[in-house]
Amino acid sequence: MTPEQTRADARPRVHVRPGRFELDAVRGVVAREWILYGQSWRATTFAAIVEPTIYLLAFGFGMGALIGNLAGFSYIDFLGTGIVAVSVMFQSMMPAVINTFIKRRYLRTYQAVLAAPVDVREVVTGEALWLAVRASVYGCVPLLVAVAFGLRPGPGALAVPLVAFLAGFAFALFGIWISSVITSVRSMDYVFSGLFTPLFLVAGTFFPITELPDWVQTAALANPLYHAVELIRGSVFGQLTPGSVLLHTGVLLGFIALMWILACLQMRRRVIS
Amino acid sequence: MTTPPSGRGVRPAPGVPALRLSGVVKRFGSLAAVDGLDLEVPRGTVLGLLGPNGAGKSTTMRMLTGQSLATEGRIAILGHEIPAESKWARARMGVVPQHDNLDEELTVEQNLRMFSYLYRVPRRGRREAVARAMRLAQLQDRGDTVVDDLSGGMRRRLLIVRALLHRPELLLMDEPTVGLDPQVRQELWSLIDALRSEGATVLMSTHYIEEAERLSDEVALMAAGRIVERGVPSELVAKYAGRTVAEFTTGEEGVAGLEHLLHRDGFATRRTGTTVSALRAEEIPDPLLARLGTPHRRAGNLEDVFVALTGENVE
Ligand SMILES: Nc1ncnc2c1ncn2[C@@H]1O[C@H](COP(=O)(O)OP(=O)(O)O)[C@@H](O)[C@H]1O
Ligand SMILES: [Mg+2]
Repeated sequence: MTPEQTRADARPRVHVRPGRFELDAVRGVVAREWILYGQSWRATTFAAIVEPTIYLLAFGFGMGALIGNLAGFSYIDFLGTGIVAVSVMFQSMMPAVINTFIKRRYLRTYQAVLAAPVDVREVVTGEALWLAVRASVYGCVPLLVAVAFGLRPGPGALAVPLVAFLAGFAFALFGIWISSVITSVRSMDYVFSGLFTPLFLVAGTFFPITELPDWVQTAALANPLYHAVELIRGSVFGQLTPGSVLLHTGVLLGFIALMWILACLQMRRRVIS
Repeated sequence: MTTPPSGRGVRPAPGVPALRLSGVVKRFGSLAAVDGLDLEVPRGTVLGLLGPNGAGKSTTMRMLTGQSLATEGRIAILGHEIPAESKWARARMGVVPQHDNLDEELTVEQNLRMFSYLYRVPRRGRREAVARAMRLAQLQDRGDTVVDDLSGGMRRRLLIVRALLHRPELLLMDEPTVGLDPQVRQELWSLIDALRSEGATVLMSTHYIEEAERLSDEVALMAAGRIVERGVPSELVAKYAGRTVAEFTTGEEGVAGLEHLLHRDGFATRRTGTTVSALRAEEIPDPLLARLGTPHRRAGNLEDVFVALTGENVE
């Protein structure tokens, strides 16, 4: 047999490049999620619409009656934009932690997917991308609800889906990383109470962080949700400067890069022994 | 399976085996699950990997798919080095895992379509690939049935054809019929037979003697992480168990005596309860036979071979 023959024989029919990150593989993972979504979209959509609406009703009427202005915003303006960010975080990080863990531990989904020409980082990227897309669509729902309650957005509101996508990608990767660190369903309680709750409260979502103790304010600067809130509120009311866009986007992108690396490494450790 | 007739595929080079493992070791802490495994599977062969639970079959399969990394040794699949070129290998092979990992809440058609994307079946071939898989599994009327509502046998058939969507050149099956009723197992055998008659290259692990004998061109007997012997089933039986096996049933006190007499004359035996089976029974001289009693004679099988080689039972 000649070397040519060996090489020709080694050529796969599908265009695959081992060792490379391939968008084709990511597309396969996203397609898979799309098919799963076809089965669950009703429940997902229901939750995505009803939850923020209840928050807006409860806080908007309950607190709004007591609070006239907040950090220069009417309460509905402040809250309506804050809840967009909260909603994005719920839509991306929660399923990332829970579903990824269940797929890994109980459904053997990754065994099946990784038997195809797909590598761990392509699975992680595809699943996070899908959650980000979903969060960016559903994240706009509370904004529309808030408009019905009297919020008047500027043209910058068109940037909200984009910011929601970035934040959704960041929190999905964060969630996948957490799901690959924890070893039991029970430890999710620690994650949701100890991490999730402070993250979504101390971010300028329901109230400004300026009234909080100094050290909490400093800590909030490390919270990616805070930067997402600033970008969303700033775009909706046209208050962003080039400097603030750069800062907040930069933090989100940095967080994404860090979480992508951590999620891929830790997930690989879990599924390849 | 093998190269598709359409000519889209590459011509198989006869010199490159479908699968080659040399000196493969996999340790989990101090336990060597696979302990110096050498194995080659030529193209167009169905090789049965026969061994008891814990022999290291699944660990071997997982190393072949790149989901477990060998501690030592070399693995090549269709000429691709594993794990470095694992993605190439995975694009060209299908994998049927021991534990079902279908998406239970999705339909048959959705499960297959999902994997047609993951296996990168070209867009225009996708619908046909899914339809062909459903026909092969005889699930063409079940496209809209949710997996959760399928019988055990149907699920297994779906699991197998899911691995065939991209017309792989090599199929790995880890205990494809484990846990199924004997009758359902027969149905699966005919599916595997159909693949075999198409000239598929298959590595199939099993701990069922009958399955290995019936479906494999060759079997490799695996115990404690190694291959102890390999060959065509009938030839292995002839070599180690002879033409007939004689079973002597006696009281509990007689077993040791029977074994002693047979071993003294160089006959390998196997004990099942109070029955002692003598291999190569056609060679037992009449005077000895007279002292042993009247046996029940039967043909030898791979279980006899396995016991003769390892002292252990497979099933
Ligand atoms: N991830 C693991 N960690 C520790 N031990 C393992 C692991 N996987 C398999 N083993 C051990 O390796 C041995 C071989 O297992 P396995 O390959 O599943 O055998 P088989 O498939 O032939 O029944 C068993 O003793 C099993 O307990
Ligand atoms: Mg096994």
